[in-house]
Amino acid sequence: MTEVYRPVGGRLLTRQFYFMGFLALIAGYFIIRRFIFGIGDVSHLSDGYPWGMWITYDVVTGTAIACGGYAMALLVYVFNRGQFHPIIRVALLTSVFGYTLAGISIVIDVGRYWQLYNVFLPQYANLNSVMLEVALCVTLYTLVLWIEFSPAILEAMKANRLLRQLRHVLFFFIGLGILLPTMHQSSLGSLLIIAGYKVHPLWLTNIIPLLFLITAIAMGYGMVVFESLYASVNLKRELETDMLSRIGAVIPWLLILYLVLRIGDLAMTGNLVALTRPGPEPFLFAAEMALFLFAIVTLLNRKLRERPTVLFWSALAVVLAGALYRFDAFMIAYNPGAGWHYFPGVGEMLITLGIVAIEVMAYLFFVKKTPILAMHRPHPA
Amino acid sequence: MKDVDTFPNETAMGPYLADQLDIRGISRRGFLKFTLGITAAMGLPFGMSGQVLAALEQSQARPTVIWLHFQECTGCTESLLRATHPAVETLILDLISLDYSETLMAAAGHQAEQALHESLEKNKGQFILVVEGSVPMRDGGIYCKIGRKTPQQLLHEIAPHAAAAVAIGSCASWGGVQSAAPNPTEAVGLQEALTREGIVKADGTALPVINLPGCPASPYNLLSTVLYYLTLKKLPEVDAKGRPTFAYGRLIHDNCERRPHFDAARFAEQFGDEGHRQGWCLYKLGCKGPETYANCPAIEFGDVGANTWPVGIGHPCFGCAEQGVGFHKALHEQSDVESVTPSSLFPEIFTEHAGGVTVGAAAVAGAIGGGAVVYAVGAHKQLKQLEAETATSAASKTEEEVNQ
Repeated sequence: MTEVYRPVGGRLLTRQFYFMGFLALIAGYFIIRRFIFGIGDVSHLSDGYPWGMWITYDVVTGTAIACGGYAMALLVYVFNRGQFHPIIRVALLTSVFGYTLAGISIVIDVGRYWQLYNVFLPQYANLNSVMLEVALCVTLYTLVLWIEFSPAILEAMKANRLLRQLRHVLFFFIGLGILLPTMHQSSLGSLLIIAGYKVHPLWLTNIIPLLFLITAIAMGYGMVVFESLYASVNLKRELETDMLSRIGAVIPWLLILYLVLRIGDLAMTGNLVALTRPGPEPFLFAAEMALFLFAIVTLLNRKLRERPTVLFWSALAVVLAGALYRFDAFMIAYNPGAGWHYFPGVGEMLITLGIVAIEVMAYLFFVKKTPILAMHRPHPA
Repeated sequence: MKDVDTFPNETAMGPYLADQLDIRGISRRGFLKFTLGITAAMGLPFGMSGQVLAALEQSQARPTVIWLHFQECTGCTESLLRATHPAVETLILDLISLDYSETLMAAAGHQAEQALHESLEKNKGQFILVVEGSVPMRDGGIYCKIGRKTPQQLLHEIAPHAAAAVAIGSCASWGGVQSAAPNPTEAVGLQEALTREGIVKADGTALPVINLPGCPASPYNLLSTVLYYLTLKKLPEVDAKGRPTFAYGRLIHDNCERRPHFDAARFAEQFGDEGHRQGWCLYKLGCKGPETYANCPAIEFGDVGANTWPVGIGHPCFGCAEQGVGFHKALHEQSDVESVTPSSLFPEIFTEHAGGVTVGAAAVAGAIGGGAVVYAVGAHKQLKQLEAETATSAASKTEEEVNQ
């Protein structure tokens, strides 16, 4: 851990930043409407589809994308690959905001949000509830993420005394930060087991928690790679292709494991026949498979994954594949019965878009103002 | 004296309803629930349940009932008593003064005839005549005799002195099973028998007859009619066939729980097939619900628990309560559908809910997707440029190395 983190510096209020701010303002308008006129005013959620865009994207997909911190911590601390440490702070940054905003979107999504605090009262806890596990675990992990991330802020504040004290206990939170996502990323999948026949047979399986966990980790790595490349381009920093291609090399093995488990399970339960049934579901399944296979093929090839453009598209494919898997399972291939329809409403999508915009703004703020990105060692001349 | 105080006044003792409920193990709460239910069954407003309750509790209001059995099977009486399931209904029998009933009275022979005679003398113009069974018109009614008298003779003797008549069951309403072809006894219902025999009330006005068809008639419809009379001191509104509209105002078909399947054209084609097992409409199996007026789907039949009435347990309605249907049409003959389109008040099978894609939503989704693609392609272009630069610099580096 000899690397040095430095704020990138530069002007914060760029045109892009204003644009993101504009998107956030639009979302703010719809959020205010939601709290004055209710959920029905801005969204298409119904009794048939109580979980729509907000749960599917902001919570389920959003936290999986925000698994960068978790995935990198696994690599650095569990598999002891210290060479990836320089990238951990930026991974944590996306995790912090991914999770925090997922928590905020829950408050927007839950009908009687003023009752939410009851989740945290032990006397009301239903210990058999997957939902309780998710709620408590995600909340706790968000707190842990902020503690894990706090050294960057403390360094920027030059609060050295506090920083020293924190260093003594940080190992505990790093440990928790690996345990908690393992629990709730799988539980997010378990939520669908309860939905039962409403979930299409191509997605419904008893091993769905494992599948969700594996894809969340793969998406975490994918996001770290994608983000680093994207930031390098837009913040005019040198590419970290070497390190990224080594992270990218982990992904295909995760995806192969995932595909073997998923297709093997479908074959064993006999649900593979559902592929021959009419409807859009087999095509959605095929699209997922195509994205996963594209990422596997490109990332397995050393020559290919060392090219930034290929790395960029395959990282994006991993994230998209995982996102599509979640969208299919939670929304598109989810059928609560005849007569129910769902397509996210305008306000619903714009709130989600605004939340993404806030994440981007927060990323830019912290990267420019606090020591997040590792300084490059001078190139050997 | 202490003892005198603790014992209730002897004159205040009597057959009180509360005591009767106590003896039969019926709670006050259960009794009130029954009252509310029966008020609803009579089609009376909810607020009138207090009056119904008062009528139930007034023991001096017991109307005298003379119950005659003609050509019938006593099924209506049996279903009213339902010995296996005594409840509040049996209690109602205690609220009417059943002075003469061949089935229920303890007396027999001359003793019974004497009771009838005495009651007739005492309650002239006051009592309710309940008739169960049809009247055989052929050969002067000799096919049915009670105490050596034909139904015609009995009616001539008793009916003119009744305040009103209730024809219970399909037999008394319009002949029932005895009137089925070839109708050897020329069986007819009470109303027609009175008309053909020219029997009117002693004051010359027509005797009002309330028909409660059904085979057997639903006991609740009799109870409701009696209670209606006790509460409001008048007879309930009846339709053209003399049936109380509160019970016979709607087609079975209109209240049937399988009606949505009819509207969706999902029929059981034969017993035990897929549709039958799925609980689909029984119309094609000969259900007479579409032409039979009765409240069976609402109050069910037989009083043995949830969803127990013929259609509920998977058998087509026989049309027992409808004139010219039950005992006249074949069991599995398809019925004439009186109302093809459902009332707009009925819920659809699958209610369509809002929440589909709108133009605005599609546009926003497209814009977001398009924007994401633009950003991604932009990054790709820049990356490609960087890639090319590093490639050239690497190439030049190797070139330099080679040159050195």
